Amino acid sequence: MRYWWQFLWLLTLSAVIAHPLLAQPSTTEDNLGRRSGFADMSPTTQAMQRDDRQNPAMLWVADGETLWNSPVGSANKSCSSCHGPVASLRGAVVRYPGFDAASQKPVTLGERINLCRQRHQLATSLLPQDQRLIALEAVVAHQSRGMSIRPDPDTRLKPYRDRGEALFSQRLGQLNLSCAQCHDQQAARLLGGTVIPQAHPTGYPLYRLEWQGMGTLQRRLRNCMSGVRAEPFAYGSPDLVALELYLVQRAAGMPLETPAVRP
Amino acid sequence: MLSIESKTVRAIQTPLISASTTTRRQALAVGLGLSAAVLVRPAAATQDEMTQAMNAFAAGARIQVGRVFLDVARLVDNGNAVPATVSVESPMSPTDHVTAIAIFNERNPQTEVASFQLGPRGGLAKVSTRIRLATTQKLAAVARMNDGSCWSHTIEVFVTLAACIETD
Amino acid sequence: MARTLINLPKSIRRGDTVEIQTLIAHPMETGYRPGSDGVILARDLIRHFKCFFSDASGQDLVFSAELFPAISANPYLAFHLRATGNGTLTLIWEGDQGFRQTETVALQVTD
Repeated sequence: MRYWWQFLWLLTLSAVIAHPLLAQPSTTEDNLGRRSGFADMSPTTQAMQRDDRQNPAMLWVADGETLWNSPVGSANKSCSSCHGPVASLRGAVVRYPGFDAASQKPVTLGERINLCRQRHQLATSLLPQDQRLIALEAVVAHQSRGMSIRPDPDTRLKPYRDRGEALFSQRLGQLNLSCAQCHDQQAARLLGGTVIPQAHPTGYPLYRLEWQGMGTLQRRLRNCMSGVRAEPFAYGSPDLVALELYLVQRAAGMPLETPAVRP
Repeated sequence: MLSIESKTVRAIQTPLISASTTTRRQALAVGLGLSAAVLVRPAAATQDEMTQAMNAFAAGARIQVGRVFLDVARLVDNGNAVPATVSVESPMSPTDHVTAIAIFNERNPQTEVASFQLGPRGGLAKVSTRIRLATTQKLAAVARMNDGSCWSHTIEVFVTLAACIETD
Repeated sequence: MARTLINLPKSIRRGDTVEIQTLIAHPMETGYRPGSDGVILARDLIRHFKCFFSDASGQDLVFSAELFPAISANPYLAFHLRATGNGTLTLIWEGDQGFRQTETVALQVTD
């Protein structure tokens, strides 16, 4: 680099490209050989995710923003009453699931939102499939789009994460398949007409074309389990949270894409 | 829908085999049989119905091939939401413009997909939407001009089913 | 009230032809799909969409659509408008079960 202005230009360019709103999901593997499910989709589905004006998940993000500002519960408080604008939560989601000191266990983003509702808004919890909860998760997670997934280093999470890792390699269901067999060993190969993804949770909650709607990582994991003809773990079960913890660790450093679109 | 049904029939005829002695593909076929029992297949449209519907839209005009471009990916990830764009070559002037565009399919339960009416302020005859495709089939877009002439474009789109049949 | 998202370019010059992109939250239940109990879910569709442009000289239909079960859930419709001057866009979605939703968007052009 011969001239100082070349360096300045490169610095500006990198800052612009690295801006979360401009950062696009990668279509190739990173230096650890990981690729997002985005890369396994057809160009038209990728375009659906890239364009916020076409991405159906943005309907839920918009709903989430309204809910964020709506007072609820006997405390008559909105999320913004304590947190301010939702944009202030940029960076929060990338470390989830986290450890909740009060209940002494890991919590997912959805569980954290419900805890806030119970403890601070004095409102009832929302069920895992409630569209309002998914909308709130979507708008909060969306604030961190483009940022790298950074699992919570809290050592109290370790036994749960280890349990998740064990579950990932455990054969399940009538088809007697483990997650690892398809998503580690056979990833990028074809099952039927579909490319098997590596299964990194980079875009949750996301709009799944198969669901014709939005859903969380737990919904997707339950689908996978019924796909191998296993009884799916219940929503919020410790084993599902453990799997989430492991999957997030496995995807550490990959950029968040929320809200993603997937087939 | 069609291929799920045919797999169901095969699966019922195949005895349950333990996963360790069968290929994964056979095991999946058995799994599909167990899950697909409640699926209902409505009667599908046919090539004739598609042609009839196109002619009804053309209101007697001969449907010519050209000037219309139906842009749909040849191979789709999921038949539930397939982006589709129809563009028609037209100056969209008061004397020469597109008045209506319609999309038809060959194998969904109903042959009509959508019809669009363009007003004088349109500016450009290009419409985008997302459509559902039940299976691999032909799709046709027909455009009606202000002089009554009709133009069309027909394509074939390949739809693969989700490999893992899942329940919610 | 269903959520809608309506997008136009941020700055529009007089005479530009712009794309208007619309999304509306709606299940577009086909009437062919069984629920988890095996009973067919009732058809529930958006059937019509209309977009009008109004200004001092009156109201014109820009674009309208007839939708069928083959249109995906959370319908996306994008069409074009030649922006001749300032005015108001009125977008109306209508469908089964008395569904009707109207949105208005101001259109401003720069010279």
